[in-house]
Amino acid sequence: MTRVLYAALAAGLLATAGHSHAQDDPLQVRSWAAGCANCHGTNGHAEQGMPPLAGKSRADMTEKLLAYKSGAAPSTIMQQLAKGYSDDQLAAIAGYLSAQKK
Amino acid sequence: MDRRQFIRAGSAVSVVSALGFTAGCASVSGGAGGKVVVVGGGYGGATAAKYIRMWSEGRVEVTLVEPNAAFVSCPISNLVLGGSKTLADITTPYDNLGARHGVKLVRDRVSGIDMDKRQVRLAGGAALAYDRLILSPGVDFMWEQLPGMNRPGAQDKVLHAWKAGPQTLALRRQLEAMPDGGVFAISIPQSPYRCPPGPYERACQVASYFQQAKPKSKVLILDANDDVTSKGALFKKAWADRYKGLIEYRPKHHLVDVDVATNTLKFEFNDDVKAQVLNVIPPMRSGDVVTQAGLATANKRWCDVDWLTMEHAQARGVHILGDCTQSAPLMPKSGHMANQHGKVAAAAVVALLSGRQPGRLPIYNNTCYSFVSPSDVVHVASVHRYDAEKKTMLAVQGSGGVSPAASEMEGRFALAWARNIWADTLA
Repeated sequence: MTRVLYAALAAGLLATAGHSHAQDDPLQVRSWAAGCANCHGTNGHAEQGMPPLAGKSRADMTEKLLAYKSGAAPSTIMQQLAKGYSDDQLAAIAGYLSAQKK
Repeated sequence: MDRRQFIRAGSAVSVVSALGFTAGCASVSGGAGGKVVVVGGGYGGATAAKYIRMWSEGRVEVTLVEPNAAFVSCPISNLVLGGSKTLADITTPYDNLGARHGVKLVRDRVSGIDMDKRQVRLAGGAALAYDRLILSPGVDFMWEQLPGMNRPGAQDKVLHAWKAGPQTLALRRQLEAMPDGGVFAISIPQSPYRCPPGPYERACQVASYFQQAKPKSKVLILDANDDVTSKGALFKKAWADRYKGLIEYRPKHHLVDVDVATNTLKFEFNDDVKAQVLNVIPPMRSGDVVTQAGLATANKRWCDVDWLTMEHAQARGVHILGDCTQSAPLMPKSGHMANQHGKVAAAAVVALLSGRQPGRLPIYNNTCYSFVSPSDVVHVASVHRYDAEKKTMLAVQGSGGVSPAASEMEGRFALAWARNIWADTLA
């Protein structure tokens, strides 16, 4: 995890030298993903009663988040929260959580 | 220290810390070192302490100063008043922050902050040096606005129970001791205050207890605001459908004094209200630590912060979290929000201590559940994104919302939310 993060961080620094999007900055994405932890546990390791997200497939999570955002997937809160993020941001968050050890 | 001296002291601090990290640890691979002192082990402070240790991979030394032996959650505490939860259910020890994350726990109170020397002085006599200071003490009350509450013994008799713990239990005991047919009167201060929907949830919980145990009793809500400040339609529906005749709501009741001897509330424009059990939620401001350090620069109550780092707008090197912040538009003073502030501050502190630039686009969400009965819940949710032009956090258009109706399913989610945020903050 650490090595991956630093490799990603180095890439991120190179990217910030030019012009970049926030979803390309791994530490920014880590902070966004930390926003999910209130309900889904630190780094996606959920306590009882919430779906854990650590180590789940990135593609599945992205698809699910986009379905919440469009309203296609039924939910109480997730539809309202997913609409607060761009598609790229949701995909980046899914990427971070999928990279966490189960 | 006057304001000018204080600001000067603040800029000296940032120069010193800037020199500090070029000399020490400039390597890209994170080299963050340094010392952080966190004051206040609530949703904001405990989260910041844990995440700084995690995200610096143990390189930043973190000391958490907290006078209480354990964390008692304000969210869910209204269920203790209603009788469906106990204080033990909402209490979490601090041990894991030390054992799992290496946070140094100091059980003490802060007696003063020396921003020149970058030192926090403790009531117990010790002094803690810091490179960056995080203040997250929550709120304290503006008792000066309610003269009768300053008489000896008044605050032991008329309770706020707006900090969960002994007051929560004491208020529950007053409700249990109240004869059937009595009135429980709850006074709500003008916004902003900690936990906007909390008083209305409390009214539901007390009414639910009365329904089971004292059906001739009544809950009277006396609100300084013009209307219910959060989830208004949902609460009003609950009062009409579930607690008809049990709950009465009176807006525009601005409390100016309390006659504790006769259990009477006195208002600016309205008639006095006498009740068997009073619950006065007083007007509030940043906690004493922040106020006494001269940091409550917004309206003498709250702190203006840089939302990219949670750093105080005037005091460089000092970060402010949670209820103490001068809220951005539509941002509630909630435990969930304080936890999110804690993470933004943690990321920024680790970045700054290792000479990196903090993230430029904070986004956070708020989720807030209210129990309208022992099992049924309504929520409000929102997403807030940094606006670089306005330099504040703005609610993202089209996001957020409330429950269509109260449900048992959301009751289960609310308890799962509590388990998860307690673990995220403390475990």
